[in-house]
Amino acid sequence: MQIKVENNKAWFLVLPVFLIVAFSAIIPLMTVVNYSVQDIFDPYTRYFVGTEWFKQVMLDSRLHEALLRQFLYSFTILAIEVPLGICVALMMPTKGRGASLALILVAIPLLIPWNVVGTIWQIFGRADIGLFGAFMSSIGVDYNYASDPTDAWLTVVLMDVWHWTPLIALLCYSGLRAIPEVYYQAARIDQASRWAVFRYIQLPKLTNVLIIGVLLRFMDSFMIYTEPFVLTGGGPGSSTTFLSQSLVQQAIGQFDLGPAAAFSLVYFLIILLVCWVFYTTIMNMQKDK
Amino acid sequence: MASITLNALAHTYTENPTKPEDYAIREMTHVWEQGGAFALLGPSGCGKSTLLNIISGLLKPSNGEVLFDGKRVNELKPEERNIAQVFQFPVVYDTMTVFDNLAFPLRNIGVPEYKVKSKVYEVAEILELSDQLKRKAKGLSADQKQKVSMGRGLVRDDVSAILFDEPLTVIDPQLKWKLRRKLKQIHEQFNITMVYVTHDQLEASTFADKIAVMYNGQIVQFGTPRELFENPAHTFVGYFIGSPGMNFFDAELKNQGGKEALMFGDHEISVSDAMLTRLKAMGANKVTLGIRPEFVHVWDGKNSDAFHVDVDYVEDLGTYKILSFLFHGQVMKARLSEDQKVPSGQIYVSFPEQWTKVYVDDYLVDLTDSAVDHDKKKEIQHAN
Repeated sequence: MQIKVENNKAWFLVLPVFLIVAFSAIIPLMTVVNYSVQDIFDPYTRYFVGTEWFKQVMLDSRLHEALLRQFLYSFTILAIEVPLGICVALMMPTKGRGASLALILVAIPLLIPWNVVGTIWQIFGRADIGLFGAFMSSIGVDYNYASDPTDAWLTVVLMDVWHWTPLIALLCYSGLRAIPEVYYQAARIDQASRWAVFRYIQLPKLTNVLIIGVLLRFMDSFMIYTEPFVLTGGGPGSSTTFLSQSLVQQAIGQFDLGPAAAFSLVYFLIILLVCWVFYTTIMNMQKDK
Repeated sequence: MASITLNALAHTYTENPTKPEDYAIREMTHVWEQGGAFALLGPSGCGKSTLLNIISGLLKPSNGEVLFDGKRVNELKPEERNIAQVFQFPVVYDTMTVFDNLAFPLRNIGVPEYKVKSKVYEVAEILELSDQLKRKAKGLSADQKQKVSMGRGLVRDDVSAILFDEPLTVIDPQLKWKLRRKLKQIHEQFNITMVYVTHDQLEASTFADKIAVMYNGQIVQFGTPRELFENPAHTFVGYFIGSPGMNFFDAELKNQGGKEALMFGDHEISVSDAMLTRLKAMGANKVTLGIRPEFVHVWDGKNSDAFHVDVDYVEDLGTYKILSFLFHGQVMKARLSEDQKVPSGQIYVSFPEQWTKVYVDDYLVDLTDSAVDHDKKKEIQHAN
């Protein structure tokens, strides 16, 4: 049977969305693609170089190190923030004034602008006047984030944990509130231990919010820039230089737009790939076997 | 296996109860005997679930005691009471398989794995879940989930009673019937005390040997379905049980030509002389009379002993018809059998004496009790 198309006007209704997506995502991305395959001297002198920049970026050992550092960083903060966030959510009071107070207290770090967070920790960690730094010195620990790579790492990780654990905690808190009381009652009747209640009731019901939480935290931490930039400036040496900072150095510091664009695309694909793998794995695990 | 005794039990959710209305459960003493299948029937909000949660220990009663086999269990937590409870919405542990769900209560108390296995297989067999054992509980249908919740109660050997809190609410009608029969079968097989909360009289009467009807935080009658039907102890039971419920009308005790008589307007309603004497002794002027639509006699022709009433309308319910008529301005109902001819206009009805129940202050005046007993029943209700 042949379907006769009478009218295609409905497509105009899609136009606004198409325009928004074009301007917000497709056109900027295409600009980057454009840069990544050309060597540009000035607006009138440009050469097509094919995959040259990509090859260069892939072979750059500084970027390899930054990538490795980035993965290490993201996994470290996820490994700390997720369990810690769940613990905090489990300990938060559920009723009365305490509940509102706890919510506000937990949410405070989330409300602070990123560069302020960096500044706070920069001062907080100083060995001479910072609360944390001075305390460490007074108990005899030789702590200096500006000169010791390990200390710098520790501080950057601590800062992120302080800043973002509340996000996981709040997500889990809302997930926990959504569990009907009857599940806990049934568990009591079944004589389940506290651990069993967590393992078989609370954790399964938290899976969905945790997926969101982990994805958000992975993407954000993988793109982290402001806080370490303010706190350590990527140092000492390049010990806390993560991918974003390398990118900025290359694009703005050295004005190597071609390699920087190629790097951006690779960066973007890595995030996309990791998120996709994570999401499909979890979704497959949840399926009824 | 145990008998459950509620001794002077009362419960309130308010801090400082002052009036009887503050109590979700008004003071009651009640015994559920060992091995019985009981239903707790009542409208929403009458305190059924509260009472059930007190028995299982999820709630602590404000007054009185809960006794299992005569032993006080008020202080015991639900996990120490050896009670199983099935809730309105099926609770399954999503991430576990059906087998692990059924094994869960046993593993929690450290039963050796070989025993767990045989017990789970046995219960799965009874519940017809054997072929589902390897599946994740999450993917089950509502009725299968509810069977799993029941199964978790059945696997334990130490269970003294199983409490059901409207367990079939979320189940499809045709499966309801199947599950209810399954429950009955399980009861016969295991001889466990079962208390079944519902607001559906049909569900209650098909499941239970004895039904406790609850109203305003009180058990107003505890009896077999037949007793509830034929001899409602409280006007609420008459109204709630049966479809349609009992007809009620207010009558006055008057002196009619030197003789006491119960009058509804200018109609005399016949009750036994013993009843009249009793009512006089109680000093009750206002009484409520109740008669079930099934027992209202509709005469085919004119009858001098019967009342002359107007037909309002006739409702055809398939196998039988419900006749609504106006008796002295009050709408009343009578059930007509299939072969009875459908009357219209003016007809004659009568109320057989043995089925005309007399209520004072909503409680049945029972000639087998003494007058003191009736006052006592009232007292209990107003005690709080």
